[in-house]
Amino acid sequence: MQTNQKESFQERFQNSRVLQIVFALSLLILPFVLQYFGNAWVRIADFALLYVLLALGLNIVVGYAGLLDLGYIAFFAVGAYTYALLSSPQLTNAFPSIAALFPNGLHTPLYIVIPLSALLAGLFGILLGAPTLKLRGDYLAIVTLGFGEIIRVFLNNLDRPINITNGPKGIGDIDSFTVFGTPLSRKLDLGFTEIPSVTLYYYLFISLVAISILICSRLEHSRIGRAWMAIREDEIAAKAMGIDTRNLKLTAFGIGATFGGVSGAMFASFQAFVSPESFSLMESVMIVAMVVLGGIGYLPGVVLGALLLAALPEVLRYVAGPLQEMSGGRMDSAILRQLLIALAMVSVMLLRPSGLWPKPSHKHNSPKANLPTNRSSENA
Amino acid sequence: MHDSAVPDSALALSVRGVSKSFGGLQALKDIDLDIMRGSIHGLIGPNGAGKTTFFNIITGLYTADKGDFKLLSKSYSPSLVHEVAKAGIARTFQNIRLFNEMSVLENVMVGRHVRTQSGVLRAIFKTPQFIREEHDIKMRAHALLDYVGIERFAQHKAKTLSYGDQRRLEIARALATDPLLLALDEPAAGMNSTEKKELKILIEQIRRDNKTVLLIEHDVQLVMGLCDQLTVLDYGTKIAEGSPQEVQKNPLVIEAYLGTNSATHGTKNHLTSVSQ
Repeated sequence: MQTNQKESFQERFQNSRVLQIVFALSLLILPFVLQYFGNAWVRIADFALLYVLLALGLNIVVGYAGLLDLGYIAFFAVGAYTYALLSSPQLTNAFPSIAALFPNGLHTPLYIVIPLSALLAGLFGILLGAPTLKLRGDYLAIVTLGFGEIIRVFLNNLDRPINITNGPKGIGDIDSFTVFGTPLSRKLDLGFTEIPSVTLYYYLFISLVAISILICSRLEHSRIGRAWMAIREDEIAAKAMGIDTRNLKLTAFGIGATFGGVSGAMFASFQAFVSPESFSLMESVMIVAMVVLGGIGYLPGVVLGALLLAALPEVLRYVAGPLQEMSGGRMDSAILRQLLIALAMVSVMLLRPSGLWPKPSHKHNSPKANLPTNRSSENA
Repeated sequence: MHDSAVPDSALALSVRGVSKSFGGLQALKDIDLDIMRGSIHGLIGPNGAGKTTFFNIITGLYTADKGDFKLLSKSYSPSLVHEVAKAGIARTFQNIRLFNEMSVLENVMVGRHVRTQSGVLRAIFKTPQFIREEHDIKMRAHALLDYVGIERFAQHKAKTLSYGDQRRLEIARALATDPLLLALDEPAAGMNSTEKKELKILIEQIRRDNKTVLLIEHDVQLVMGLCDQLTVLDYGTKIAEGSPQEVQKNPLVIEAYLGTNSATHGTKNHLTSVSQ
């Protein structure tokens, strides 16, 4: 064993306060650097953070509990539409009775609508999880995929006979968040400088991501997290150890969906517009790909995977453009981008089958584990 | 209801009239079984005798067609596997079933699940209760790993252990549930003679610590040397019961193991010689 001598970067990071502070500061400064290249880049960072939030939630279901969920985007949709309906003119326009109740329009405050989105999405998670409890692997994937589509189809068609979701036209005019009286949709004037809206959202999202990572890592190292992983590793053995697999699977579905719901509400407010086409199967697949590509069940890996896959299409925009010109415009840049993403994913899976940043296989926390062991002499 | 002279309180497990059929095949017919507290009880029989079926029934993996189950004179119903573990029966598996990608320590910590209660909220807010409980779980898991002799591998992944150590880990994980009855399904399968000897020492140690052990085993030598009581199954019925000495003289047992024609003095000698 020669692993002991060189401390990995990860361990150095975990042990060094200075490195951690530098890392946190650079995350805070990042939007100002990106702003220099244009607000579009901050916007890309915002979306990447939303995807991180989604990937963290899905990681609870897929990574910890080992339940392959291909309909995860449904909970994102539930959160987004919850926020959209409660903070836009949609309901007051469609129902005069609601308009009478809220003469100033429906503007549900942040601290009500976010927990509500989380709760509702969690409830949907449990509802959709319940019928799938006895399914595993491929079968589970197919059923959850179906559920994801059902939600989208519902959203698409709930404009008749009574108009609830406004169908494929989507819901617009959604309020943006107001944090401590500061609307995030407008520039914040600090006197000496102005912070644009996208940067304000960046800070909102990054704090949510930080809280989510904290929650995930605490759950991972708890009795509940261990039980999830036991179910993932061997369901029968987990049951034999007294783990109530039904309840714990539902807990995983519920908590995972909660994350989806919160990020859905964020998405709706950030975009100020939602429509069913944002919640297609392709999105579910992308989130699964983020979790798997980064390192399933391992938080740093999941975050990395989400950031890469969310940012990659934007970076490839700059690669695809020239390629398109070289081919005389025959290659469409959108198709080319998809092709390049697929290529990147295939090569990652071939070269690093357990993800870009997988869980380290040996832990060195215990000094005892590092001792060279000689079993045969002990047995004699 | 019991016709034996043993008082109920001395019995760890007591089952009556367990029957199970798979389609047309009667796997178990009216099996009664009593296991004394603090003893090692062996369940033997030729292949297909119904040992594993019986084992799976008392641990809840299969549901019996009928039968009466008591654990420390308290009725329990083995219809939900995780309820059985809660009631106090912990088991190991014939083909080892560890949580491979988790560390050795975590495997044992999972065993504490059923005796602890921190939920999601306590974990998220890291309450003092949670921290205390988590500390206890960890200490207990380390102690159990030490007990079975694999503490030095605590941080390794379970799948990297040697075969014999994996068996030990399974036993440690089962012990972590504080069982009244520890049920071992062929623990010596695939072990070499040194490993078997070590296993025997471990099981005897477990008995000395006032645990009750139910053992299914093919290895006659191990069973004869280890068990206080034996039950022999053949074709789903109980054909003999008693101390190892009594059982190995029983003509029905000899017949079941070696066939009718060879039930002569030669085979008797064979069984006796094995036990020595």
